[in-house]
Amino acid sequence: MGLLSDPVRRRALARLVLRLNAPLCVLSYLAGLAWFLALAFPPLTQRTYMSENAMGSTMVEEQFAGGDRARAFARDFAAQRRKSGALPVAWLERTMRSVGLEVYAQRFSRRLPFPDETHERYMVSGTNVYGILRAPRAASTESLVLTVPCGSDSTNSQAVGLLLALAAHFRGQIYWAKDIIFLVTEHDLLGTEAWLEAYHDVNVTGMQSSPLQGRAGAIQAAVALELSSDMVTSLDVAVEGLNGQLPNLDLLNLFQTFCQKGGLLCTLQGKLQPQDWTSLDGPLQGLQMLLLMVLRQASGRPHGSHGLFLRYRVEALTLRGINSFRQYKYDLVAVGKALEGMFRKLNHLLERLHQSFFFYLLPALSRFVSIGLYMPAAGFLLLVLGLKALELWMQLHEAGVGLEEPGGSPGPSVPLPPAQGVGLASLVAPLLISQAMGLALYVLPVLGQHVAAQHFPVAEAEAVVLTLLAIYAAGLALPHNTHRVVSTQAPDRGWMALKLVALIYLALQLGCITLTNFSLGFLLAATMVPAAALAKPHGSRTLYAALLVLTSPAATLLGSLFLWRELQEAPLSLAEGWQLFLAALAQGVLEHHTYGALLFPLLSLGLYPCWLLFWNVLFWK
Amino acid sequence: MAVSHCLSRAATAFTAVLLFSFGSVAASHIEDQAEQFFRSGHTNNWAVLVCTSRFWFNYRHVANTLSVYRSVKRLGIPDSHIVLMLADDMACNPRNPKPATVFSHKNMELNVYGDDVEVDYRSYEVTVENFLRVLTGRIPPSTPRSKRLLSDDRSNILIYMTGHGGNGFLKFQDSEEITNIELADAFEQMWQKRRYNELLFIIDTCQGASMYERFYSPNIMALASSQVGEDSLSHQPDPAIGVHLMDRYTFYVLEFLEEINPASQTNMNDLFQVCPKSLCVSTPGHRTDLFQRDPKNVLITDFFGSVRKVEITTETINLQQDSEIMESSYKEDQMGEELMEPLKYAEQLPVAQIIHQKPKLKDWHPPGGFILGLWALIIMVFFKTYGIKHMKFIF
Repeated sequence: MGLLSDPVRRRALARLVLRLNAPLCVLSYLAGLAWFLALAFPPLTQRTYMSENAMGSTMVEEQFAGGDRARAFARDFAAQRRKSGALPVAWLERTMRSVGLEVYAQRFSRRLPFPDETHERYMVSGTNVYGILRAPRAASTESLVLTVPCGSDSTNSQAVGLLLALAAHFRGQIYWAKDIIFLVTEHDLLGTEAWLEAYHDVNVTGMQSSPLQGRAGAIQAAVALELSSDMVTSLDVAVEGLNGQLPNLDLLNLFQTFCQKGGLLCTLQGKLQPQDWTSLDGPLQGLQMLLLMVLRQASGRPHGSHGLFLRYRVEALTLRGINSFRQYKYDLVAVGKALEGMFRKLNHLLERLHQSFFFYLLPALSRFVSIGLYMPAAGFLLLVLGLKALELWMQLHEAGVGLEEPGGSPGPSVPLPPAQGVGLASLVAPLLISQAMGLALYVLPVLGQHVAAQHFPVAEAEAVVLTLLAIYAAGLALPHNTHRVVSTQAPDRGWMALKLVALIYLALQLGCITLTNFSLGFLLAATMVPAAALAKPHGSRTLYAALLVLTSPAATLLGSLFLWRELQEAPLSLAEGWQLFLAALAQGVLEHHTYGALLFPLLSLGLYPCWLLFWNVLFWK
Repeated sequence: MAVSHCLSRAATAFTAVLLFSFGSVAASHIEDQAEQFFRSGHTNNWAVLVCTSRFWFNYRHVANTLSVYRSVKRLGIPDSHIVLMLADDMACNPRNPKPATVFSHKNMELNVYGDDVEVDYRSYEVTVENFLRVLTGRIPPSTPRSKRLLSDDRSNILIYMTGHGGNGFLKFQDSEEITNIELADAFEQMWQKRRYNELLFIIDTCQGASMYERFYSPNIMALASSQVGEDSLSHQPDPAIGVHLMDRYTFYVLEFLEEINPASQTNMNDLFQVCPKSLCVSTPGHRTDLFQRDPKNVLITDFFGSVRKVEITTETINLQQDSEIMESSYKEDQMGEELMEPLKYAEQLPVAQIIHQKPKLKDWHPPGGFILGLWALIIMVFFKTYGIKHMKFIF
């Protein structure tokens, strides 16, 4: 008989798999972690290179010399802003028109689901002002965007000054083949989101914005600029965008080319670039920066205005000028020249940036890891889930076959042992209840914030966070209650079926998440996979329970916050960490409602129910 | 008295001999001049200049073609005898910071676009089909005269091509290619239709030498900027315009041609020396085996200029013995008219071998691993299912 249909051979095969399974799982998990840590080291990282032929190797001499003009504009803008308290729309319109642009304004307003404590806003309304520089000899089919987000906490007036001076300089040139849009937004990212939605004529986040009067064609690339002072010591670039999306690597290569050409000091993740890649120092520093990027990408927040552009497949970067205690400083002319060079190169583009990578990790500004090289790390981790599921399947079938043999029933062989039939029915209940808990976690905090604020002496934002935590903790008490719903006929082996379903569910979810946002998938897999694989109702329950709680999604979030601050060399104490955690929870819910960030729904509707299933398995009676 | 008479006769004889020798020297001088006059057999010159790439970053290909155009026009070939094909308009590209100019030297020293450029095939009209139609003359009757190559059997044609190429092909407009075999066949058609006397083919692309490998028609001389496996490099970028302005080979050819005037006696051997490997980084190549004359006797102006040969002499010249070349070409023409057969100089396609070809024995290779594995699997499954006892019925 064949290998799989012969019961003797199959049992032998099953025993082999069961014997090898545990070491194989451990090996696979360790291989996944080791592969991830090896990503910063030379054979897996490559030097970056410019892939787009149109943005080729020739450099253009920059001619921007409007440093004084930029500073004057910045001074005026700051004064006007102080006077009016909000964005000085009339002054901006007047100035842009005097520089020679076509000026338009857009009003927008939004009521946030609950008050935002970090930015202190609830009912947000503002105006975006943008000016279009039309290409002198080309049809207005494509455009580039230079945007400066102005919020109430960061006035960004130097950046506005530089934007206006650049606009004046660009207006005098005749070699533009694409229109250039100079955008000043109010309320940071909310304004940017309103402008983008109106520009592309969609409404994904419930923002109320007036339609745009002036339009300039498909946006090919965008650069967001944030300057805190008029002398900068370094330029920091941010690439991670909403839901972990990244711009095309060519845009980063372009920025890096101009850093080198202008002799500017450019940083990634706020850290200096490692120089020495031959010894161990360089790769270790690279690993630190890689971990920072993984944490930022996993959080799924838009780390700057550019993050919102990426959703519309517009490649974008945010440049932040940082003024720290260094001796050598660059003035606005140097920054302006870098921007001029970048825009001139982008002007040469004939198609959207598509030649280089869209999925990558950056250990340094000049090194990258491509998706083909980092995916095996996540693959190894998910293999553990697959192996465990296979082992459970074998055990269930062996149990079924084993039940038959001593019975010796000469009747027709039942395809599924009767124990499994009952098991399927008893699976549905835990699944439904876990999913319902997840739904409650997703919907109730925002819905019930007013009720909670009435009964308890807390503000609405705190009410949301506390409701979130309360529902999360209530899920821990579930197993003691589900057994009342489930029939008492649930046999001893029923937990295996539940665990099998939970493992497959987790593997599917993590697999899908990893494809689009590798960092989030890897982080969750690295923490949840061991606990999920080990959960069983026998053995030391307290140990497994502790492990499961420590690797639950919320605890992973807490841990990653601590790790993030640790890597940035600003470690947190426990109290600070807890406060930051609560703020992060509130921000997560808020960003889901205002920008459509997917971390909150993924965790509450997808991973939390899955985790609850494992919790149920652990406490199976 | 008899002695003096003898002496005087000797003196006259001597002077007669001297005069005769002088006369013969003078006569042979005139004959040399006449021989030089009929050194090449062409009476008119044509030029077909093709730039095959579009897009702003291929600025240098348009600049290449325009600089050859400029030289050729300066040396006398009129616009009516030049077919200029440019695949893109760099001068009026919105990205050009100096509109209506195309520069070949950085710092904008030399504007090769000029005031009187006449482009015959522009933009999307530069296709392989149009190029081959121009060469072979198979053009629809409605085509204007400026778009035709109206050459005859006494025309020397210069064909210059530039763009992106590879081993055996040249890319047109980012969408199609012309292969070296097609080009060779087109030249053969030209030869059979008597559309050229001599042809100079210059190509400036990567792996350019592969394009002239397949030529088999007589009277073709070919130059290329790089050998097979080498890339042709660009010369210098201009930081104000932001692109590379010229390719190295054509840049040095342009510099060389700027020294030439219609009366120059520079010959082809000098052109072969232009741009050695130290300047060009690639190795330029040339091919002269199909060419009847010795390259050192071929003037640059035979192809690049249109030089009217006018010599004023006061002597009468006997063309009988010195103009063997002309006579032989006359004779061959007559013979050609009678027999209507193509002349044999270089190797033609070996038609007999093609038609009566025996099938070539292919080397037998043992079956690959995959096929073996597949059969092994099938046999294993067969015997597993039906039992090993069946094997003894097979063997």
